[in-house]
Amino acid sequence: MRELGKEIIFGLYDDEQDLLSAVSSATHDHMDIYDVYSPFPVHGLDPILGLEESRLHIAGFIYGALGTLTAFLGMTWIFTKDWPIIFGGKPYWSVPAFIPITFELTVLFAAVGMTVTFYIINGQGPGVQNPILHDRISDDKFCIAFDTHSVEEGSAKSFFEKTGATLVEKKNI
Amino acid sequence: MSATVSPLREPLIDGSKSYHDITVDLVRSTEESPGKLWWTCFLISIHVLLFGIFCILWTIWHGIGVWDLNRTIGWGWDITNFVWWIGIGHAGTLISAILLLFRQKWRTGVNRAAEAMTIFAVMCAGLFPVIHMGRVWLAIFIFPYPNTRGSLWPNFNSPLLWDVFAISTYLTVSVLFWYTGLVPDFATIRDRATGIRKRVYTFLSFGWTGSAKHWQRWEALSLVLAGLATPLVLSVHTIVSFDFATSVIPGWHTTIFPPYFVAGAVFSGFAMVQTLMLITRKVLKLQEYITIGHIESMNKVILVTGTIVGVAYLTELFIAWYSGYIYEQFAFFNRAFGPYYWSYFGMMFCNVVSPQVFWSKKIRRSLWWTFFMSIFINIGMWFERFVIIATTLARDYLPSSWSYYVPTWVEIGIFVGTFGLFFTLFLLFTRVAPVVAIAEVKSILKSAGDQYLRPNTEHHEQVMGDYKDAVEHGKEYVTDHHAHAEHH
Repeated sequence: MRELGKEIIFGLYDDEQDLLSAVSSATHDHMDIYDVYSPFPVHGLDPILGLEESRLHIAGFIYGALGTLTAFLGMTWIFTKDWPIIFGGKPYWSVPAFIPITFELTVLFAAVGMTVTFYIINGQGPGVQNPILHDRISDDKFCIAFDTHSVEEGSAKSFFEKTGATLVEKKNI
Repeated sequence: MSATVSPLREPLIDGSKSYHDITVDLVRSTEESPGKLWWTCFLISIHVLLFGIFCILWTIWHGIGVWDLNRTIGWGWDITNFVWWIGIGHAGTLISAILLLFRQKWRTGVNRAAEAMTIFAVMCAGLFPVIHMGRVWLAIFIFPYPNTRGSLWPNFNSPLLWDVFAISTYLTVSVLFWYTGLVPDFATIRDRATGIRKRVYTFLSFGWTGSAKHWQRWEALSLVLAGLATPLVLSVHTIVSFDFATSVIPGWHTTIFPPYFVAGAVFSGFAMVQTLMLITRKVLKLQEYITIGHIESMNKVILVTGTIVGVAYLTELFIAWYSGYIYEQFAFFNRAFGPYYWSYFGMMFCNVVSPQVFWSKKIRRSLWWTFFMSIFINIGMWFERFVIIATTLARDYLPSSWSYYVPTWVEIGIFVGTFGLFFTLFLLFTRVAPVVAIAEVKSILKSAGDQYLRPNTEHHEQVMGDYKDAVEHGKEYVTDHHAHAEHH
């Protein structure tokens, strides 16, 4: 496991509504949230946490376009330059017959490219171990974490008490 | 929380579950050691699989002559099975991708298992064209790679090559989609596990933490993969139908084939999902997550797609008559009254007539009816492919080469063997991964859990009761929603 050398203080909440109101009050008080963890995607969290929309789909479009070009230009080069063969009296460059493979490679490139990009930018992959703050975060607890360098321990503790966290802990990651 | 949900919506999660209950219930099958029933099924499956492998090796050793295919009938059970298995796979993608785009919440109960079914079915399907090649060790020739033969390339104008691209893309994208959904659930198992299981699931969960940014990207990725998989799944069976439709054989050379094949694929796929889910929910005790409501929704899809298939059959007959083309007319006459008439009427009965029982709500919600219908439909859709392939080939342009074809034990053995492969993989899947998507079910709890919907439904019933009373007693109906709302 990688050591990040950070000291984290975190609080767990029992319900996503508690989490949402706690995050709102933290951003209202200009507290610098290190990260928020949840067992499933909490809708309405991104805007109050100030997360911008993911640009993953733009990457997907680029990979897809790359697939289109690879397939179409590849087949064009093979059938007009590299080894032209007449099939059933059709022209060498028979565009309609290229459509199915062009489509399939567009989808293949976009899907594979996006998925690989997703894991790389998340810092995830087969066998990667990232620090886990608490075992129940992937079960039923919702977590707000502060880095003790940017938020003082005392103010974090009073924040958690005020917003109804059910458990507060400190952890070095 | 429940205010935004229609009171008429049926709950999708029964038993007043908390988030923690969901975790415990859905992870259980991976934590407990399998029971006697599982071991029995597994041992049977693995033996059937071994017999299938033996038949495949027999074929490869002796050549595909052992299948009794002949010069007239060059495609028999092998291609029938291929199209049938590919079709089965389509329901998984429909549930996981198309229903995601349509925001159908009931998909969360069945999508994981249906996607697994897709992957395993596509594996079974892919086997057939490969062994049909005869010299399987040259199968790599179908891929365009620079080679010492020229470079000599495959024919990109051939639908058989389009199939290669379509099916390998389909398998890859399905695996990516499925695994991306599994990663957060593997993290859930990891955080509960100890010892060797913890190490295994740590590896499998890719270092998932549940960070807000990761969830955001995860949702973005799921949405785009769904958007890609939707046209992909339609393209796959379209291209499979091109194997037939781009030929000049009467009965195959029709433009209706792509939509008709896709509808048939979804139809048979949902039937297979029903067969699997009815058994799985019972054995793994998941009745609170895969409810009668889920089963009914799937039966509705079966009714719609079955009716589309029926309309397609009748359209084919009509066009054969209307075209005035005698060879086409003969092809269809031969299907119904030729040597394979029994498969045609089997197909018509199983696919067109029998699913019409699902117009009845009572039958749609009956487990036994659903189970028997799902088996019927699977048989019917197998017959459909057999009718299209063998019947058509048996009677070609030259009466001197007319022929009949009966499969040998080897061919039957390979088909039965694919069931062994399918069920072996599915049984293993139920033990290593949660059969229901944990995170996704949690995300619909507040809008589809019975404890959150109940007050809504009760309120609705009360208002409707008041209204009925007022009408019956000839009184003016006064809306008093606020009083009821406060009451709850």
